[in-house]
Amino acid sequence: MEAIDQAYRCAHAAARVENPYGSASPGCRRLRAVEDSVLTTAGLQALIDALGRRGYRVIGPTVRGETIVYEEISSVEDLPRGWTDSQDAGRYRLARRGDDALFGFAVGAHSWKRFLHPPLLELSRAEGTGDALHIAPTEERIEPLAFIGVRACELHAIGIQDRVFLGGAHVDPHYRARREGCFLVAVNCGTAGGTCFCVSMQCGPRASRGYDLALTEIRSGTEHLFYLEAGSALGGTIAGPLPRRAATEQERLAAEAVTEHTAASMGRQMRADDVRELLLRNLEHPRWENVAERCLSCGNCTMVCPTCFCTAVEETSDLVSGASTRTQRWDSCFTLEFSHVHGGSVRSSARSRYRQWLMHKLATWHDQFGTSGCVGCGRCITWCPAAIDLTEEVSAIRKSESG
Amino acid sequence: MEIEGLERIVREHPFFAGLEEGAGRLLVGCARNARFEAGQYLFHEGDAADELYLLRQGRVGLGITAPGRGALTFQTLGSGEVVGLSWLLPPYRWSYDAKALELTRAISLDAKCLRQKCDADHDLGYELMKRFMPVLVARLHATRLQMLDVYGTHG
Amino acid sequence: MDETASPVALGAAADPMLPRLARVQRRRREAPQVWTLELENGGEQRGPGFEAGQFNMLGIPGIGEVPISLSGDPADPARLLHTIRAVGPVSTALTRLACGERVALRGPFGTGWPLLEAAGKDVIAVAGGLGLAPLRPALHALRAARARLGRVIVLYGARSPQEILFRRELESWQRGVDFEVEITVDHALGDWHGHVGVVTRLIERAKLDPARALALTCGPEVMMRFAIAALRHAGLGEEQIFLSMERNMQCAVGLCGHCQFGPLLLCRDGPVLRLDRLGGLIGRKEI
Repeated sequence: MEAIDQAYRCAHAAARVENPYGSASPGCRRLRAVEDSVLTTAGLQALIDALGRRGYRVIGPTVRGETIVYEEISSVEDLPRGWTDSQDAGRYRLARRGDDALFGFAVGAHSWKRFLHPPLLELSRAEGTGDALHIAPTEERIEPLAFIGVRACELHAIGIQDRVFLGGAHVDPHYRARREGCFLVAVNCGTAGGTCFCVSMQCGPRASRGYDLALTEIRSGTEHLFYLEAGSALGGTIAGPLPRRAATEQERLAAEAVTEHTAASMGRQMRADDVRELLLRNLEHPRWENVAERCLSCGNCTMVCPTCFCTAVEETSDLVSGASTRTQRWDSCFTLEFSHVHGGSVRSSARSRYRQWLMHKLATWHDQFGTSGCVGCGRCITWCPAAIDLTEEVSAIRKSESG
Repeated sequence: MEIEGLERIVREHPFFAGLEEGAGRLLVGCARNARFEAGQYLFHEGDAADELYLLRQGRVGLGITAPGRGALTFQTLGSGEVVGLSWLLPPYRWSYDAKALELTRAISLDAKCLRQKCDADHDLGYELMKRFMPVLVARLHATRLQMLDVYGTHG
Repeated sequence: MDETASPVALGAAADPMLPRLARVQRRRREAPQVWTLELENGGEQRGPGFEAGQFNMLGIPGIGEVPISLSGDPADPARLLHTIRAVGPVSTALTRLACGERVALRGPFGTGWPLLEAAGKDVIAVAGGLGLAPLRPALHALRAARARLGRVIVLYGARSPQEILFRRELESWQRGVDFEVEITVDHALGDWHGHVGVVTRLIERAKLDPARALALTCGPEVMMRFAIAALRHAGLGEEQIFLSMERNMQCAVGLCGHCQFGPLLLCRDGPVLRLDRLGGLIGRKEI
């Protein structure tokens, strides 16, 4: 057992890298570029408009069918006013709130990774044959993105993907191009989701760093307001001219109380301080067999997880023109092909694939990147058709270690 | 060659390292020198398993001849190793051919003589069993690895 | 930052997924379905050299890309040799390339064999099947540094005599004084007079001095496991044994997640690994 631990620590030591990111990185302290202030809903609209005028493509939450998704928005009217979500293992329902809160829900199946790390990306094109063969990277003109409504867990998830894509020996230029211009407006959660456990993972509910601006939805008397904090110089620049006024002490306390209330009503919890060692000690625990009987290897968890980053590289030929393209698409370690080598898969059993996913997320991510891979957003629990709950799986292993 | 010289050679052979004096003297009664030129057979498949060989020098190939495939070698043995295990159990017949691939010197032991002495002296018999068993196990292990055909393309 | 955010154009600089094109200079058949392709390393603008044990990603547009170990002498980086077995669509297409045709190349990637550590030691290289190819650059480098080493033992196992890789070179080394070379096959027809049997048996017969030994092993994972057991039985510690691991490889730059082996990413932390770094993972199923 010690030998395995030692092996894992060696990889861990190699993973300590600087986050090369500027002021909007999760590592910086909150800048008091402008004093804390409050916005009305009209002020929030002014923020969206200001971002639009500056050339940003503004992305925010909106109701689409029976879920809340992240899409391009242009107005506060696009936001899910008065909606909340009811989440449990394998269950997601929208429900009406008793009030008109704009951000009164947790997170849905979408995460911001679909914009920073797109599901499908053309990398290069090859044209011509023989000596005329020429391979060129596919040029992209990327519009700068502004995200409205980034939860604390999501800020951490973005920080985790920053480390994966920007912090290693090779930088992913596609991620960097999208991330560099990205403006983040965080929202402090007023409601904990049924499957949330960001408190256990120390990733929320309060957004502490890594944002340009942060909003907390409060009631001040009869007013519906948004407590506004600037987290970067750019955030301060953009917030400056907005129709706002300085926040009162009462309003500041009201904003703090929001996240305190949310922190006290988490849907799930998981002891996280020792989970890496726990799983490393239990590579052959019978619980893996148990979860494999339920797991469909559908890969939903990897699709909705905001930190899962694995991609497959594929080549396709155009039969007519003879040109071929190389594309990159999201992949999942739950597929048989993922570990294919020498005419077979290394991980052919569902048991080994579930183990790989959970061990990577909670244990070997530490060795590879220096942090946990999990932010406690609960999406994998909500969107699993078999209602598998990783907090329950970890707990079961911990309770019966000798088993 | 003198008995004393032969006894020394038997005792010094790695296969009998650590054998106590009495047992050594019993064994040497069954022993004689043997020599095979390159290409010469030590024994053929089906022959009576009347002798076993402790190789001192050279190389011996174990194999079979299959119709349409010719002579196939599946194991080679060299100095310090023992050739011949089928003498241990009925029907005491060789299962394969053994051919010297180069000039080979060995000590041959008369298997009938050895079996009689082991029947009479169980301590000697047990001593020999303790030495032959590891050889059998190691060969089985190696054969299994060969069977896996790990260098072939699969799937 | 600017007053207005401007769109970002993605350029070609520092794109780790963009290959360069390399011309096939020479091709040689080594064994049934195994070919060595020699690629020109850059022409007028010489490409980077490589360390023994590293690999390149070789690709054919429209078909795909595969990791292939460099099998040539690292002291001669103008020529990039790759020994390829045709097992799938990409490798088969690579083995069919004619001289003058070009292949898409990225690399070199990965960690190399610990040649600096070999000074003053007895080096034992245990290779099986195609595993001799990634070790061959190390053997050339060891030969060049011969005076600084103790014994250099090369043990090679192949399926049959027809499948022995680099046979003439091995046999010439066998006849020479630099290396102790033993070749064994799993089975042979009558005209083979060399060893027949598994390569692990040869480890025992090498009579290693565990205090001075450094082992490099490469081949199918099963064969490496048995070789490791034999080396341990001969007294070597885990920190004295190096192996070359293989897993599914796609981006080769640590961004796609496929080559994970426990906590390690083989494109970055491997493929050459010291045994003690694996923490017993090599014996575990389905890792």
